[in-house]
Order: sequence, then C-alpha cells, then structure tokens
Amino acid sequence: MSEILKGRAWVFGDDVDTDLIYHNKYLAETDPKNMPQYAFEYYPGKENFAKEVKPGDFVVAGKNFGCGSSREHAVYCLEYAGIPVVLAETCSRIYYRNAINNGYPVLFVKGLSDAIKAGKIKDGDQLEVELSTGTIKDVTSGHEFHGDAVSDLENDIMKAGGLMEYLKAQAAAKK
Amino acid sequence: MGKTFAEKALGRAAGYDVVANQVVTVEPDWCMSHDNGAPIARTFKKIGVKNVWKPERIVFILDHAVPAPSSDHAVNHKEVREFAAEQGIKHLYDVTSDGGVCHQKMCEEGFALPGLIMVGSDSHTCTYGAYGAFSTGIGRSEMAAAWATGKIWFKVPESMKVVVTGKFKPGVSAKDFILKFIGDVKADGADYMSVEFHGEGIENMSIAERMTLCNMGIEFGAKNAVCKPDQKVLDAIKDNAKCDRWEPLWADEDAVYAAEYHYDLGDIEPGVAKPHKVDNYGPISEVKGTKIHEAFLGSCTNGRIEDLRAAAAILKGKRVAVRTIVIPASWIVYRQAMKEGLLDIFLDSGCVICNPGCGPCMGNHEGILAPGETAISTANRNFKGRMGDKDSFIYLASPMMVAASAIKGEISDPREAL
Repeated sequence: MSEILKGRAWVFGDDVDTDLIYHNKYLAETDPKNMPQYAFEYYPGKENFAKEVKPGDFVVAGKNFGCGSSREHAVYCLEYAGIPVVLAETCSRIYYRNAINNGYPVLFVKGLSDAIKAGKIKDGDQLEVELSTGTIKDVTSGHEFHGDAVSDLENDIMKAGGLMEYLKAQAAAKK
Repeated sequence: MGKTFAEKALGRAAGYDVVANQVVTVEPDWCMSHDNGAPIARTFKKIGVKNVWKPERIVFILDHAVPAPSSDHAVNHKEVREFAAEQGIKHLYDVTSDGGVCHQKMCEEGFALPGLIMVGSDSHTCTYGAYGAFSTGIGRSEMAAAWATGKIWFKVPESMKVVVTGKFKPGVSAKDFILKFIGDVKADGADYMSVEFHGEGIENMSIAERMTLCNMGIEFGAKNAVCKPDQKVLDAIKDNAKCDRWEPLWADEDAVYAAEYHYDLGDIEPGVAKPHKVDNYGPISEVKGTKIHEAFLGSCTNGRIEDLRAAAAILKGKRVAVRTIVIPASWIVYRQAMKEGLLDIFLDSGCVICNPGCGPCMGNHEGILAPGETAISTANRNFKGRMGDKDSFIYLASPMMVAASAIKGEISDPREAL
C-alpha cells in the first residue's frame, strides 16, 4: 500500500472529546451513513465541518483525540464522511480500539500537538499522506511529519476490514 | 522483578506469566451492557454466530434513559429484553425497583469481584477496580465480538502508581482529590495505563469513595483503575458474590511503574472541574460566587448513600435557591435514603427527586440545560453541551459542594456550610 493520499487538513487541538466529535444528542442514530451530518457540530469554529468536508480530507489533531465516551459514532461519523485516516499525536484508548475494530486507521504522529500550536499545519493546508511509511507532507507549509506504524495484530484486524470481517473470516475457516 | 496488578490479573486470565506490552487474549468474566445492548445485539446478529458464548456471563442493566423518555429509547429497551429472552440471558436489570445505574448495580449485586476480568460497553466500566477487578470499557463492535467468541485481546498495560497518605479535612472528599489529581496529570495523563491507588489514604476510604476514584480513571485516560481488595471489600462481597472465580490480587512491592505520584489528602481543598474539560481544575477560591441555575446530585460517580448523606447533612433545615435534582444511584440506595429520612430532608429543602438512572448526566432527560445556563454536578464529565444546549456550562464538584451551592444559588465553599 504505497499509495499517496492527498487532501485538505481540518485541524483540531488537544483532548478533542467524543461529545465534540459526535454529540450525545444524536446517539439514538444507529446507521453509520447518517452520522457524518453531525460530525464536530459542537466544536467551536468547526460547525461547518459536516457541510464543507470533502471525501479525502484529513482530520488532524493533537493529543488524546477521542477522549471520553465509548461511542463508535465518533469513528463512523469521520469514516463515512470519507476521511481516509485520522492523524493525531495520540488518541484515547477506547477511540483507538473502536477505530481498529472498524478497520479505520489512526496514524500517531509525534510532535503534532506542538506543530498545530505553532501553526506549522493549518486548516485548509494540502497534505500528502503515505500510510505504509507514515510520512505526512504539508505541501502548503512545506513541513514534514512522521507517524508510527501499527502493530501486527492491529494490522491484521484492519487488513481484514475490521473486527467483524476478521471474525467472519475466522468462523468461515472453521466450517 | 515484581509484578503490577495488571500483569497479575491478565496473567491469571491468560493462564501464563505476562509482562507489560505483551498482547494477550482472555475470556471475560462478565460482559456488561446498558441500553446500548440493543445496537450491540443488531451487530451480533450480523456476525453469523447463532448463540452467545455463555449467556450467564452477560449482564444487561437499563439505565441511560429510564423509564424511556422517547420512542427511540423504548425501542432499545424492547430489543434488549427480546435479545435477553431469546439468548437465555438471565442477568437483566430492567425498569423495575431492582434497577439503577449500571456501575452501581454491578458493584452492589456482587458482579464486581477481586481479580476478575470485566468489560462493559460503557467508558466508566473502570469503576469496578474499587473491588479489585480488572475492568475496562470497550466499544459496541468489540462487545458483539466478545459475546460471539468469549474472547477479547488486551495489550498488558504499563502501570501508574498513585500513593495516597493522610486524611481529608472536613468538607473535603474523594471527588475533590480526584478532580485535583486530573487537573495535575491532565486528561491524557494515564492514556493506555493501568492506574493503581496505594497507601493508607486509600485504606481509610470507604468502598464508595474508592468507586468515585476508579470511576474517574477514564477521565485521565486510564485503561483501568484499581484499589487493593482489603478486608472492607472481602466483607462487602462475603454474602453476595455472583461467582466463585474471584481471587484477591495486588501488585508486588518491587513492581515496575511507568509513573508514580504522591499525595497527602490533608493538602486537598474543595475544588471543581470548570467547563468544558475534566482536567480544567479550579480551587474553590477561584470559582466561588459563580452563578448557577441547576444543581445535580447523582450518577455513577457520586449517587451512593454516602454521597446523599453528605449532601443531606448540609441541606437539612435549609432551602435550595435553584432547581436541585437528586437521583440515587440505585433503588437500593433510594430505599436506604428513605429509611434514613434523607428523602424528607431533600423534599423539605425543595429538591426534586427522580428515579434511579443516569438522569441528565449525558443529556438524555430529567434536568436538561437551556442556552446560557450553568449547572454544578456530581457527575464525571463537563464536556461542552453534555447536559443539554451547547451554550450551557457544567462545573463538576463533590456532593457537599453541590449541596452548599444549591442553597446559595452560586458556587459555594462546603466548609462554610458544615
């Protein structure tokens, strides 16, 4: 997978909680396809995200992205909006598991929180992201960042397309 | 080299010796879900497995919106009941006087036990560490997978040691300590880690206080949070343990930690988490006098009998100045409060008492905030808009501070109300 993904950056700060990503008001919704319309509705300055996001855009965040609740809506609303990957310095444990279990990649990028604060990566910047190497180029600012690769087990689940597909494949193999 | 609690608990479940950062696959002792059991059941049916691995290991506790305030919630409840019946799941706490907030019920019904591996489709599942369990929250897909396979993978976490000495001064409680602690280590302070609370300060605490600490573990990123299962815990579970698979486990003296902190409870003063982050700590001196429109006493963090007693002692003979919502964490707590005359104290002071459940904590019902309104709450999260409108504000505090503030209609120092 040496493909280079290209898209615009939507930049967020540290500790973006699950209510900011996907508010509890919309938890009764269970169809992932309907979730992108509520993404970041409560995030100050990003109320227009759902309307203006384009498939291929990236979510870029600082430390502890997705802290708070265990709701998977916070993963689905980005995945189904066509965001190919979340780039964050770190993310909360449950958010990360939910992402892996849905075959959705989160790339951990050291120093991203400070880079965001220093304005080295800004809203609307054009990014080029290579998932296989974890290399992120901000074409607009000229800065380059490097993310961590995921572990083997996590990679296996993601390659299968998520935990459900992974389990179905295992169940089928037993029969 | 000694072992941490997490290494011992996950090693016991895996059946072999493990160290931090190793990945293990284990069988959960209990799988708890609340109203979200309904969407999990829908996901489960898509896997292609007919029956859950062990129906006796699955627990359903309806609490997030009970009795159902909308048709959507009612559908969830109905689907949970139907799934439980069809799968032979007996541990169902429905909308009856056996119910309450899921984490309170898991503890008071004897599911939370030392050394067990407990998962729940709710982030505050970490509460059961107060009983010495390894317990942690997981997402819905993962819960469906656990029901189907009876297996769940964990990376054995690194551990954080929090050593607590001393005693609280009057008017100060476990909530003040944990809010201060989160303010110090920040919201990601223990990301992915197992947090162990050690020391005489913890030994002197009631199980209720330890539950408040462990409950808030997720608010600083912990995978799980745990206290030593001492005689208080053994006494509490003696007559109602729901299984005999438990075993008291605790870290070795020479275990290795990724981080260590020391606190003297005598240094802690009343404090709050200011909007809109749990790590946005402020001592009482900074927020005293802030106008409030609502006070909420309840939740899995602070809705226990000990919390109601502490608040009632301050409210007795006084009148609240703002709407004050009291929600005991379970019907057992409710009944006990009734016997002790606490409900009369709340009613005499002008409080509204609602049925046990999560209430307004995550904005479902029973005390939603209007634009521009501010609440002081004993719950665990003050994220923007969590209790209602996105232009509302939540301060998290102890039951004593919530009671003192309700009387004055502004954030108040509980030490002046004792």
